[in-house]
Amino acid sequence: MHEAAIKTIHVSYLWLMPAMPLLGFLINGILGKKLEQKLGRWVVHSTAIGAVAVSFVVACITFASNIAHPHAVLVTRLWDWIAFPGAAHTLHVDLAFASDRLTSVMLMVVTGVGLLIHIFSTGYMASEDHYGYWRFFAFMNLFMFAMLTLVLGDSILLMFVGWEGVGLCSYLLIGYYYQDREKAAAGMKAFVVNRIGDFGFIVGFSLLLWSLVGTWDQVSGLYHYQAAFSPTLTFRNIDALMADATFRNAFLAKHVLGVPVVTLIGILLFVGATGKSAQIPLYVWLPDAMAGPTPVSALIHAATMVTAGVYMIARLNFIYAYSPAAMTVVAVVGGLTALYAATIGLFQTDIKKVLAYSTISQLGYMFIGVGVGAFSAGIMHLMTHAFFKATLFLGAGSVIIGMHHRQDMKDLGGLKGLMKSTFWTFLFATFAISGIPGTAGFFSKDEILWKAFDTNNLLIPGWIVWLLGFIGAGFTVFYMFRLVFQTFYGEPRADEHTLEHVHEDWRMTSVLWVLGILSLIGGYVGVSKSLGGSNRFEHYLEPVFERSAAQIHFLSEEGGHGFMHSMGGEYTLMGLTLLLIAVAIWLAWKIYYNKYRTPEQEAEMYGKGLHRLVFNKYYIDEIYFKFVVNPLLAFTRACKWFDHWVVDGAVNGAAWLTKFFAWLDGGIDAVFVDGLVNLSAHATLGLGRQFRKLQAGRIQQYIVVLATGLSILVIVAFLLK
Amino acid sequence: MSHILSWITFLPLLGAVLILLIPKSKSGSYKYIAVFSTFLSLVLAIWLWVGFDKGLAPNIAQLRASGPSLDMKAYGIQFVERYVWIRAFNIEYFIGVDGISILMVVLSALVSFIAVFASFLVKKPVEPIHNSLAGIQYKERAYYPLILLLSTSMMGVFVALDFFLFYVFWELMLLPMYFLIGIWGGPRKEYAAIKFFLYTLLGSVLMLLSMIYMYFFAVPTHGTFLLADGSHATHTFNLMYLAYNAHFKWVSFVTAKLLWVLLFIGFAIKIPMFPFHTWLPDAHVQAPTPVSVILAGVLLKMGTYGIFRMNFMIFPHATYWAGTIIAVFGMINIVYGALVAMAQRDFKSMVAYSSISHMGYVLLGMSSFTIEGMDGAMFQMFNHGTITSMMFLLVGVIYDRAHHRDMENFGGLARLMPVYTAFAAFAFMAALGLPGLSGFISEVLVFLGSFQAHRVITMVSMSGVVLGAAYVLWMIHRVFLGPVKHEEYAKFSDLNWREWTTLVPLMIIVATLGVYPLPVLHSMTASISALRSNILAPHTVHAMSTGLHAVSQIVKTTVGAG
Repeated sequence: MHEAAIKTIHVSYLWLMPAMPLLGFLINGILGKKLEQKLGRWVVHSTAIGAVAVSFVVACITFASNIAHPHAVLVTRLWDWIAFPGAAHTLHVDLAFASDRLTSVMLMVVTGVGLLIHIFSTGYMASEDHYGYWRFFAFMNLFMFAMLTLVLGDSILLMFVGWEGVGLCSYLLIGYYYQDREKAAAGMKAFVVNRIGDFGFIVGFSLLLWSLVGTWDQVSGLYHYQAAFSPTLTFRNIDALMADATFRNAFLAKHVLGVPVVTLIGILLFVGATGKSAQIPLYVWLPDAMAGPTPVSALIHAATMVTAGVYMIARLNFIYAYSPAAMTVVAVVGGLTALYAATIGLFQTDIKKVLAYSTISQLGYMFIGVGVGAFSAGIMHLMTHAFFKATLFLGAGSVIIGMHHRQDMKDLGGLKGLMKSTFWTFLFATFAISGIPGTAGFFSKDEILWKAFDTNNLLIPGWIVWLLGFIGAGFTVFYMFRLVFQTFYGEPRADEHTLEHVHEDWRMTSVLWVLGILSLIGGYVGVSKSLGGSNRFEHYLEPVFERSAAQIHFLSEEGGHGFMHSMGGEYTLMGLTLLLIAVAIWLAWKIYYNKYRTPEQEAEMYGKGLHRLVFNKYYIDEIYFKFVVNPLLAFTRACKWFDHWVVDGAVNGAAWLTKFFAWLDGGIDAVFVDGLVNLSAHATLGLGRQFRKLQAGRIQQYIVVLATGLSILVIVAFLLK
Repeated sequence: MSHILSWITFLPLLGAVLILLIPKSKSGSYKYIAVFSTFLSLVLAIWLWVGFDKGLAPNIAQLRASGPSLDMKAYGIQFVERYVWIRAFNIEYFIGVDGISILMVVLSALVSFIAVFASFLVKKPVEPIHNSLAGIQYKERAYYPLILLLSTSMMGVFVALDFFLFYVFWELMLLPMYFLIGIWGGPRKEYAAIKFFLYTLLGSVLMLLSMIYMYFFAVPTHGTFLLADGSHATHTFNLMYLAYNAHFKWVSFVTAKLLWVLLFIGFAIKIPMFPFHTWLPDAHVQAPTPVSVILAGVLLKMGTYGIFRMNFMIFPHATYWAGTIIAVFGMINIVYGALVAMAQRDFKSMVAYSSISHMGYVLLGMSSFTIEGMDGAMFQMFNHGTITSMMFLLVGVIYDRAHHRDMENFGGLARLMPVYTAFAAFAFMAALGLPGLSGFISEVLVFLGSFQAHRVITMVSMSGVVLGAAYVLWMIHRVFLGPVKHEEYAKFSDLNWREWTTLVPLMIIVATLGVYPLPVLHSMTASISALRSNILAPHTVHAMSTGLHAVSQIVKTTVGAG
């Protein structure tokens, strides 16, 4: 074992974090309906919130412990999960949870934001009485369990349990309003598209295991595990192996089809990430996922689950750092997605849809971060995004509840005075996502863009990725302010009746304020050096990324050229970005401030063709349907036809032929052979006779077959003696 | 307790005899006798598993060197019962278990019990019975003995270690199955029953041929075989001796491959492997629910078990030669089965095709010759047994109420039958290999194992992960979600106590083995490990000097490495 390289501290409590929500799920899932009827709803949500609260407390303890032990991994080992006792050099995976500093950041985000959103949900779901209040909270708790398993999993396999588990919960919660066929279909789409990504993920980790420990066995001519140890697929184990020069060199020298396996692994695992984290080309499920209740969108489809791909890449930084090609793929796909999704966000009219595309776009920034080697910047954006995007979604949720389930801009407008808390927190979060200086998003996004420009890890110059992100940032500001103006400013467009009943719920607004303020100040944990900070966030995560640090190169650190070497480059880019933000806000102000623009007006303004193309999301869904889904369905029908007419047809044809020959034989028997016992004919045509007799229902003839078998035996034995 | 294996095997048969002895006037007791006898058998099977020495494995090299022994422990066989049965042909009553069969014994006992319990409602489905849940009994006196006989013969196949005895049990199984489908089945029951019967019989004939060949041409390496009483014999049906203490007279490697292929086709029909699979959907669609449960839960495993027991154990050379071929067929089963499943409208037929897909994993895993893959294959056999049993029970639940299985004609059942929906969601999620449940462990082991041997084939097979999700979710979408299509279904009652009782134990097993599969993996690893070393042993590989081997190597290096 190569675990010596990484210090492990065994603790007893990590399992509590996933276990408590699991318990909450079981209680509410099995007894929830009865509890709700007999004791009231408070029992249901108290159970759910209590479970997450305990997880949150344990997460805080873990966080403190991780602060105290920078270079150690906290591990709670439950039992041998997959193992082959007695067989040497075989896969051995423990059911174990582990937490290092990276994990602890995720834990705080997941349990913290998760707890807040659970509380918010008590308000949002208060009027829900058709689909089961208990069902919602049971699924939310199940999600927390899966997400915490994903984050805490000690091995890739256990992470994968969480990975698929969050997918399941996403499916269950998107399809929460299951009697609406379209909403149910959105859940199905999410699951299937995620599974396409998971296919890449499975191939990826199979390849990883194979290339880490499999060697060519000359004797049997087969690949199988021949390592001097039992492969475990734990992150620590892989990390330690990669730290060992002999292993690493053998690993890096492996090629499949001329491509280094490390690159293939990186790209395949990233395919999994494009599914889970909604990147090109598998992002299509996320906008549809807005069919779920809004707290679900906030928790799963903004703050936590969709960031799993980013977390996975940061977790496997010691693999990615060795493949510039894979990093390039990650960064470029991230950059393209950041820009592409931002453009779609420009013309959406459903406020949740705008936020959905915004999420896809922001995830793209996180992938730029981890792709260019700025792992901690990517993770920091993950955290700040969790704050501000949760605020935005929950704010949208507050609007939706306040406005009686209206969420299209044409029915909104003028809510500034009607929903004060919602407006202000929404505005804070908008500042944050736009990158207004001082807000959380400013520090994280700026850091990512700078690192993208500065990187020297990619196969292409870093400024290309930077440019994608830079333009995307402009669009982001524009669509966000458009959203704010169209929703909260101008004249209210809703009907009288609705406006009379506009209200805010304290259970929701209190959460909004907490998250809104976090969106403003959350960035101060990681103020970069150029801004006079010490970047504590990066410093905190340093031990996690220290082994890959040697492979990560930035121009400024190496003194590539003068412009990059001083702080000048960084300040210049920052200035450019700020200018862009100002221009974008000004434009949005000009166009949308106190003026409602219908889609038709927008089409006039921006050009009809362009508007139609973007408004219809570049027709990607239609293209996928036409070129992927429908051909596949046609192919399955063709397979069914083939199965019925060709494969089964051959069987039935053979039966018919046998019957025919049996009939013929019967005729020949009667007319020509006339009573002569012809054993060989019986042997060859026996089956046909059987068939005819069976058709007549005389199954007793079966015994004849057994007897025939025995008699052949006797005859052969006799002949040979 | 001595003779525990015989008790496990024949307790159901005793129950059957008892039922036949009880006059018709007391017909109410039949089902209780049936349930009790299978339950007893299950309890004993679990006891057997607990007492099973999980570390015992044969030392094959030593066995080969030292010649036949009466000590079956040396062969890795436990709970041995061995008597001379027909001396003239050296046929023995020889039963025992090792790591390859122990799980199948437990599975067989479990599924038999569940199926008998699920039979409490068996009725003629073609009759329009409105109050079906009251339970209409139909020819109980014939039904229960037949299903018990089926149970005994299945168990017999898994414990028999004498080829002749194995064959007798194998054939014996056909008879009750034929009647169970043919009498209690759906509208096209005769066609389905005959197709099942003839198809399987064809496989049996091939097996019979190779059995007779092996009996006469297996030559003892140390001069003689031994019978149970210590007397000498020149021919034997004893599988252990055939595997380790015999070589085949006049047999070139080509003949060994021929025998291998004969046996393989015989077993492949049972699995069922493409292209021999078309009897399965017919049989399932026509069979009543409990019979489907047995058919999918246990009978299919007889095929893959047979491959492990006969092909892998007796013909390691040919097995090694055929590795890639098995993998290719496994891949076809996985992908093709899933594709055809997706196009089905009939609920049961979809589940039947999903079985074909899932059995492909077994083939793929066994072809890898890695511990991970082969253990994964064995484990997949067990998991498929539990998960598919659940699926067929669940299909039965809705069929009992709606009297049709057209998925397009359901819709919105989640609102009408929430508990049923929860159970179904669990079972079908297990079927699509949701991590945390048992099916995932076996699937991922198969993948990780076979990836070591066949990379491209495994990669293609992995697409089954996507296709599996697609057909399962689409089914859930059509049957359970959306608005309620037929308001008259509102009168459907949710699961009754019998349905609960059959489903909950399976659910617990599936969930438990997902997080704690170790006891199961443990009980098979020693035997699988020995089996694998035998296949990969140098003498095996060095014997592979024929042209075909070279071809398969070329295929392997070009396709496999790519």
